[in-house]
Amino acid sequence: MEPFTTLEAAAIPIDQPNLDTDQIIPARFLGRPRPTQVDALFHDLRYTPDRTPRPEFVTNMPAFKGARIVVAERNFACGSSRENAVTVMVDNGFRAFIAPSFGDIFFNNCFQNAALPIRLDAARVAEIRVLLHAKPGSMVKIDLAAQTVVGPDGKTDRFEIDSFRKDCLLKGVDEVNLTLGYEKDIAAFEARQRQELSWL
Amino acid sequence: MAAAARTMFEKIWQRHVVVDRDDGYTLLYVDRHLMHDGSAAGFAKLRERKIKLRRPDRGFATPDHYVLSSSRAVADIPDPQHRSLVEQIRTNAAESGITLFDLGDERQGIAHVVGPEQGVTQPGLTLVCGDSHTSTHGALGALAFGIGSSEVAHVMATQCLWQRKPKAMRVSVEGKLGAGITAKDVILAIIAKIGTAGAVGHVIEYAGSAIRGLSIEGRLTVCNMSIEAGGKAGMVAPDDTTIAYLKGRPFAPKAAEWDKAVAFWRTLPSDEGATFDRDVSLDAAAIAPMVTWGTSPEDALSITGRIPEPSTAPDAAKKDSMKRALDYMGLVPGTLLEEVPVDRVFIGSCTNSRIEDLRAAAKVAAGRKVVIPAWVVAGSGLVKKQAEAEGLDKIFLAAGFEWREPGCSMCVGMNGDTGKPGQRIASTSNRNFIGRQGPGVRTHLVSPAMAVAAAVTGHFTDVRKLLG
Repeated sequence: MEPFTTLEAAAIPIDQPNLDTDQIIPARFLGRPRPTQVDALFHDLRYTPDRTPRPEFVTNMPAFKGARIVVAERNFACGSSRENAVTVMVDNGFRAFIAPSFGDIFFNNCFQNAALPIRLDAARVAEIRVLLHAKPGSMVKIDLAAQTVVGPDGKTDRFEIDSFRKDCLLKGVDEVNLTLGYEKDIAAFEARQRQELSWL
Repeated sequence: MAAAARTMFEKIWQRHVVVDRDDGYTLLYVDRHLMHDGSAAGFAKLRERKIKLRRPDRGFATPDHYVLSSSRAVADIPDPQHRSLVEQIRTNAAESGITLFDLGDERQGIAHVVGPEQGVTQPGLTLVCGDSHTSTHGALGALAFGIGSSEVAHVMATQCLWQRKPKAMRVSVEGKLGAGITAKDVILAIIAKIGTAGAVGHVIEYAGSAIRGLSIEGRLTVCNMSIEAGGKAGMVAPDDTTIAYLKGRPFAPKAAEWDKAVAFWRTLPSDEGATFDRDVSLDAAAIAPMVTWGTSPEDALSITGRIPEPSTAPDAAKKDSMKRALDYMGLVPGTLLEEVPVDRVFIGSCTNSRIEDLRAAAKVAAGRKVVIPAWVVAGSGLVKKQAEAEGLDKIFLAAGFEWREPGCSMCVGMNGDTGKPGQRIASTSNRNFIGRQGPGVRTHLVSPAMAVAAAVTGHFTDVRKLLG
C-alpha cells in the first residue's frame, strides 16, 4: 500500500450532517468495475436527473478543482459498508477526510486504501468549512507523523489517531501480510477453540 | 476477590482475542463469515495475492443483492455485470469450498435472514459480512458487524480482523408494548431518541422487559437497524427464546454438543452490576406506530404526529438539513402524517421479511384490497415456503399484492427493483436515504403492518384503527 505521510492540498467543504455513503456513490454504480465508477462520485448531488451538472455543488465549482481533502459534517459517510465510497474518493484524488465524526465502517475502510480520516472538534471543523467557503481553493496541510492539521487560517490543530493505524499508514503496511506474520497465534487460537467450542 | 462483572460484549470480545498489541489494537478471531453476490471484490483481492481461504468451513454464502425478485433464473438478469456477480458467487464458492445457498435452492435468501434461519448464527460467536446490516445477527447473542471489501479479503485470508475495542452501550426498553406495536416501531423510536450518530463507536446491548418479550424475528429487526443508530453492532442476550429458536436448525449443534453449547450460551448474558459506557432507556408503553418523514432514519415520528416545522429546529444547521429533507420528500410542515398520500408499498428487506413480519402484514391485509402497487418479497425461500404453507400468499394475492422471489430487492434497488422519481414509498426496509430506492424516490420507513395499512388506504394510516 502507498504510504501516507503529509498532504498539502485544497479542500472542499461538505456541510450536510449524516452524509451517507449512498450519496457518495449511489448503489446502482456498485456492480461495475472500479475504473468505470470514477464519475459516480456524489453522482446525484452533482447532477440533475437529466445529468446536467449542478453548478452549486462544491465539486462542480472550478475554484475547488484539484482538491484532495474533504472537510465534512458530523457522522460523515454513515450507512452502507460499500468500500467503493472510499475508493471512488481516492480515484478522484481525495486522500484525507476531516469531520467531527464518521460512520464506523467508512472510517475503517479508509485505512485499507491509504486514506486518512481525521476527527476534529466540531466547532473547529465548522470554522474550517466557513473559511473554505469564503476562499475556495485555500489549502489545508496535514502532517500524519506530527498528527497536525493546519487550516487555511494558519491555525494548527492536533488530532488523535491510533498508533497502530498511524504506523500502518506511514509505512504503507499491507495488513494481510502483517496478520499472516501472526500465523502461530492464529493457529494456537484455533486449536484452543476446537477444544472449547467443539461444535463449530 | 470475585471477578469483575462483565458485559456480554466484553465476554465475547475477550474470548476472541488472538493478539492484544501494546498499541491498543486487537487481532480478533472471526467465527463466521457470510458472503453474498457483492463479495466478488473480496475473492478478487484474494486471487491477486494467490492466497486460499483460510477457513472455508467457516464461510457461508448466498446471492441476495443482485438477484431478481421476478425470476430465479440467473440468465434472466438483464444487466451482464449483475449477472456475472451472481455467477461469480457460485464459482467462487465452488473453488473455495464455502457453503453456498444458491439461487434455486429453497435456503437462498438475504444473508441476514439465512444466517439465523440455518443456525449458522449462534450466541457467543463473532460474525462478519461485507454488508452494514450484519448487526442483525446480534439478536442471537453474537458479536456481528459489517466490514468493507478489503477487510472481507483479510478475513478470507486470515480469519481475523484488526480491531480497536468499541465501547459498550445499553438501551433498555422496559414495560409492555401496546397492541399493534412491533419491533420496527421500537427500533425507530430508539433511533429517533438517540439520533443516527447516537451509538457511533459503541456496541449496543438491547435489554429490558420489552426486548426480552420479543421473538427472535423481532430482535433481529431491532439489531438490524443498530447501524442506523451509528452503532458498530447490536446484541440481545441469549435466553430460552434464543435456545428454542436454534434447536434443530441445520447448522446448530446436535446431541451432546447441543447440551455443551447451551451451557456455554447460558454464561453469556451480562453479569449483574456490569457497567456500560452509556445507558439509555425507553418506556415501551409510550411507543406508537412510527413513520419516518425525512431522509435520515432519525427523522422518525409517531403516526399521530405532524410533519415538523424547520423553525422548531434547535440550530441553523439542523434547520437547513430539515428544509432540505422536506424539499426532497415533497412535504409541507404541519401536515398530519395520516394525510400524506403514498404511491407504492414495499414489504421486505433484512429488516422485515421474516415469517412473523409476513404474518403481521397478512393479518392487516386479510379481507382488504390494496389501492396502490404493493410488493411482498420474502426474506428467503424457506420464509416464502412457510408463508405459503400458512396460506399467507393467498391472502396477499387476494388483496392485490405481488408475491415475489427472495432477495434484497427494493431495499437498495441494486437488482433494478426501484421506484420512479417523485414516488412516495412506504417501505419496511432500513434506509430512507436520498435516492436509496431509485433517484428521486421518497422512502418512508414503517413496520410491515403499517405498510399494509398504507397499501389498503393509499395514505399513512394508524394500523391500530384497522386492527380493531
